[in-house]
Amino acid sequence: MMQRGRWKRWLVALAILHGIIGCAGFFAPYDPAEQDRERPYLPPMKIHIVDTTGHFHFRPFFYAVHLRDGSFDQFEESTDQVLPLHFLVSGARYRFLGLVPSRMHFFGASASRIYLLGSDAYGRDQLSRILNGGQISLLAGLLGAGLTLFFGVLIGATAGFYGGWRDGLLMRVAELFMALPWLYMLLALRAFLPLTVSPPWAFFLIIAVIGTVGWARPARLVRGVVLSAKERDYVRAARGFGAKDDYLLRRHVLPETSSVILTQAAILVPQFVLAEMTLSFLGLGVPEPVPTWGSLLASLQQYSVLVSYWWMYLPALAIVPFFLGYLGLASALQQDAGTEKIEKATSGVR
Amino acid sequence: MSYFLRRLMHGTFLLIGVSILTFLFTTLAPGNYFDEMRLNPQISPETVAALRAQYQLDRPLPMRYGRWVKALLHGDMGFSFAYNSPVAPLLWVRARNTLLLTVMATLMAWGLALPLGIWSATTLGRLPDRAISGATAALLVIPDLVLAIAMLILAVRSGWFPTGGMASAAVEGLSPVQKLRDLAWHMELPVLAVVLSALPTLVRHVRAAVAEVLDAPFLRAAASHGIPRRTLLYRYALRAAANPLISLFGFSVGTLLSGSLLVEVVMSWPGLGPLLLEAILARDLFVVIGGVLCSTVFLVTGNFFADVLIYWADPRIRSQADA
Repeated sequence: MMQRGRWKRWLVALAILHGIIGCAGFFAPYDPAEQDRERPYLPPMKIHIVDTTGHFHFRPFFYAVHLRDGSFDQFEESTDQVLPLHFLVSGARYRFLGLVPSRMHFFGASASRIYLLGSDAYGRDQLSRILNGGQISLLAGLLGAGLTLFFGVLIGATAGFYGGWRDGLLMRVAELFMALPWLYMLLALRAFLPLTVSPPWAFFLIIAVIGTVGWARPARLVRGVVLSAKERDYVRAARGFGAKDDYLLRRHVLPETSSVILTQAAILVPQFVLAEMTLSFLGLGVPEPVPTWGSLLASLQQYSVLVSYWWMYLPALAIVPFFLGYLGLASALQQDAGTEKIEKATSGVR
Repeated sequence: MSYFLRRLMHGTFLLIGVSILTFLFTTLAPGNYFDEMRLNPQISPETVAALRAQYQLDRPLPMRYGRWVKALLHGDMGFSFAYNSPVAPLLWVRARNTLLLTVMATLMAWGLALPLGIWSATTLGRLPDRAISGATAALLVIPDLVLAIAMLILAVRSGWFPTGGMASAAVEGLSPVQKLRDLAWHMELPVLAVVLSALPTLVRHVRAAVAEVLDAPFLRAAASHGIPRRTLLYRYALRAAANPLISLFGFSVGTLLSGSLLVEVVMSWPGLGPLLLEAILARDLFVVIGGVLCSTVFLVTGNFFADVLIYWADPRIRSQADA
């Protein structure tokens, strides 16, 4: 038997993942823009629990790392300087959830900076940049999906509810949008918007571009549901009692579309996070120095980075758990909708 | 034959719609190639105005569109400001390379997806099905961008594969057979990246379509009549499952085109992708329009091919179309 309500587990997992990214300031040990010119392209530092003399430590620690003499990219641990790992330490200022000013960080070391996932060309902490970059990428995906669903529901409901020439025209345009390869369309749309803009504007631009590209599929699905919902007996009865169109839509028709919309949201959000990543990776998105998952990957386009610094690839892996979560959520929701349909059908037979 | 005519008309409408849409975007666009020229103190405002007039950027939109379509019908796709050459020959070379990559990837993706999906559907719930479903699920959570970069890193680290381009430096001195082998060597990774990013969805759809047909009453009846499994599968089930799969083929062309665009940029395959990206960064208007239109032509062709296939495979459509 198919299990219902599996989506709740996926939702909890996703909530935890989003929570971590949402509290990036707390979990990131440093400010993502803070540079350390002494240590560019530092490989991830090793966590120790046994020191050079063979003693076991309960508190994990790091050895301070510095450039080897006469070299510019070779680092070595200096075993005389121990950096014990501390939790809930005070550090760089940030705003918790973007609102409350705070200095509390989840972990850190007192004497020197520690780099769990290495550092980039300017010695910025890669972990802090991945966590903070996730905020922008995820927000772009969520807002883009929200915008797309808004357009989709608006257009789909108009086409389905009013029918006639509106339906014909809107669905032809939707076919057009669905037929085009979406990456080509994304680029074409981006091509005709200003190239060099400030990061906040770039962010809104991206959301606008992403949001306009994907409305066709949700619109068609919503239209289908609306078409069948508006012919239900209770809707006709309400209309017979003199209910206006907007009341019928709000009260009877649109609630029917909620499961379609939820499933579409679970499918669209990861796609749009990836769209932001792709645009920023190609240099068409949010520019440096603001970190996003895409712009963090952009440095891989330099051959030297690609060859020598494997930890610069880590931002790419950050999106994988989110993909997994949303995919699981979408398939669980679809399964639920499927069983619901079967249950409805069989209860009708009885 | 009116069926094909209708499908062709549909494709043409799609092309016209896309061309209008891209043209519409150009007017909504703030800034163009000449705006950056205007910032250059060495170029006088009169020169910029003259250039704008020469490329008719100062005319109203419908007129520009009309002229562009007229020129297009004469094989002239406009002028690239950045390359200082006509767009058509520029696009032609790149489009050929993209086509090579996409067609190879499409053939391979379907060539893999069909047997895997069928195998999975015939062993539903048993080991092969579980292994295939697990593998597709794992591939599904790896975004194509991540996959392409991983491939690139593989190429760079191992040194087994070239890191970009589609020919070795010394390709001129080679015999035709060696040239072909060189090209194949350069194609391996890009094609693999596109195939792997498209494969999981295709396998899942094939599995679902075949599994649904295998469960259909007419096949159960046939099985209970003692018709061997093999005959059942290849004579009856696959023919019945073909219809949704052929429509999926039409849709998959678009996905594969998008996938190859990304792979082209990441792996510097000299196709439409890098050209389009450069054109966008340089505000090279006609190249962008031409590139998008080119991809639409590929798509329409792919869809038309699917229509032909479905006409051949589905007697219902044949009888409807001929009636």
